Amino acid sequence: MKLVTAIIKPFKLDDVREALSEIGVQGITVTEVKGFGRQKGHTELYRGAEYVVDFLPKVKIEVAVNDDLVDQVLEAIAKAANTGKIGDGKIFVYSLEQAVRIRTGETGPDAL
Amino acid sequence: MEAILETKYALDTFYFLMSGALVMWMAAGFAMLEAGLVRSKNTAEILTKNIALFAIACIMYMVMGYNIMYPSDGNGYIPAFDFSFMFGGDNAAAEVLAQNPEEWYDGTYYSGMADFFFQVVFVATAMSIVSGAVAERMKLWSFLIFAVVMTGFIYPLQGYWKWGGGFLDELGFNDFAGSGVVHLCGAAAALAGVLLLGARKGKYGPNGEVHPIPGANLPMATLGTFILWLGWFGFNGGSELIVSNVDEANAVAAVFVNTNAAAAGGVVAAALVARTLFGKTDLTMTLNGALAGLVAITAEPLAPTPLVATLVGAAGGVLVVFSILLLDKLRIDDPVGAISVHGVVGMWGLIAVAFTNEEATLTAQLTGLFTILVWTFVASFIVWMVIKAVMGIRVSEEEEFEGVDLAECGLEAYPEFTGTKGSGI
Repeated sequence: MKLVTAIIKPFKLDDVREALSEIGVQGITVTEVKGFGRQKGHTELYRGAEYVVDFLPKVKIEVAVNDDLVDQVLEAIAKAANTGKIGDGKIFVYSLEQAVRIRTGETGPDAL
Repeated sequence: MEAILETKYALDTFYFLMSGALVMWMAAGFAMLEAGLVRSKNTAEILTKNIALFAIACIMYMVMGYNIMYPSDGNGYIPAFDFSFMFGGDNAAAEVLAQNPEEWYDGTYYSGMADFFFQVVFVATAMSIVSGAVAERMKLWSFLIFAVVMTGFIYPLQGYWKWGGGFLDELGFNDFAGSGVVHLCGAAAALAGVLLLGARKGKYGPNGEVHPIPGANLPMATLGTFILWLGWFGFNGGSELIVSNVDEANAVAAVFVNTNAAAAGGVVAAALVARTLFGKTDLTMTLNGALAGLVAITAEPLAPTPLVATLVGAAGGVLVVFSILLLDKLRIDDPVGAISVHGVVGMWGLIAVAFTNEEATLTAQLTGLFTILVWTFVASFIVWMVIKAVMGIRVSEEEEFEGVDLAECGLEAYPEFTGTKGSGI
């Protein structure tokens, strides 16, 4: 099992969610996060004075999947979240040791 | 004839009361404007301040302010002090109707209680101006103690000099609804407070940089501005004092039209200046532009044509943007722009009268302007200093960082975000 974590542009969330559903992903967890990468922040203006917003709002998606689905998931996210412009985000993959479905007590791949 | 006089009396009283109710609603406008332009951690405190200052203004003006401003006697500078208003009483019907109808408007033509009601909401307006300028760092109770002195004495005395028939009135100083008496007065008191209080922590860098502290809720600030705009029809319209004949009804209508026109001029001018200077149309500057237009026309909303009124308001809208930038250069921190909107533009409003009203003179306008400015600033400065020496006026650095909501009110405006027990977070 793998845990796929993707940081994406917030307005791409719906596209990514649809793309994941299409390839059979059963559930995802979404968090609103802030951060910076090569895009850095941006400047805003308030009453005539500029200020820098260092951390931009992003959305973090976590998907726990079976090993055989990982490549498809990566492809789906990368395709759906891509705008070609700086700040599109990143995808990380971790090994997942265990999963438990709380309602039934199922463990491992059955719990995903 | 008697029935007509009774109807006139009732109509003018009713008009006065409804105008006063509109002005009372401006307290809501100030509360929303200020709450929108501060950070969310200071929202509950500024709302507390706004409702408390309104109540204090009402009580202090009843106890002594009204009698100081409209005394039974006085030498033009110092009124004869009495405290009669709080014990009630109004015009007797028989005496009112016994007046000569030819000289009706020189006598008693509306209720005395209505007069008080209309006046008391103006004091509260002046005090509301102070609240925004000292936001986010002043101790709540130091502010409220200042409100007691301001609404009970500082404001009523200069009000007496003009509207109570004092020396400024004798001099031919014109201030229809209070660009000076209300707005400049409030701003001068605010400036004195801000100078003693200092800027919010982090607003200015060591080398003169300005670090903006964006307001938390611009929809609320916009709503507040619209509420103030609405209330201003009572503020200026009611100050015509009479509506019960053709000429006066026309005058009231002209005041409504000009007040509205000036606000519109202020909005467009401020938006254009902001767009030109910054490359972006700053909403908060645009909102300040509306209020600047309104303040500018308040000293003379009757005499100008609608076109001239628009220009007077537009000049206010231009002035307010430059004034806000200048105050920041001088490191005078005014989170909502109150000193610029009500003070700088209030002065412009008083001066503009010399050009829009043939009966006004520049000398009299400037005399009134400086009298109100100097009296209010000096008296307020002394009172702020005494309060500072006795109990302090500023919260601690840590309290400022955590927000005055927690430090002064013990609660937060938006507690859902902190995950209190039972909130589901």
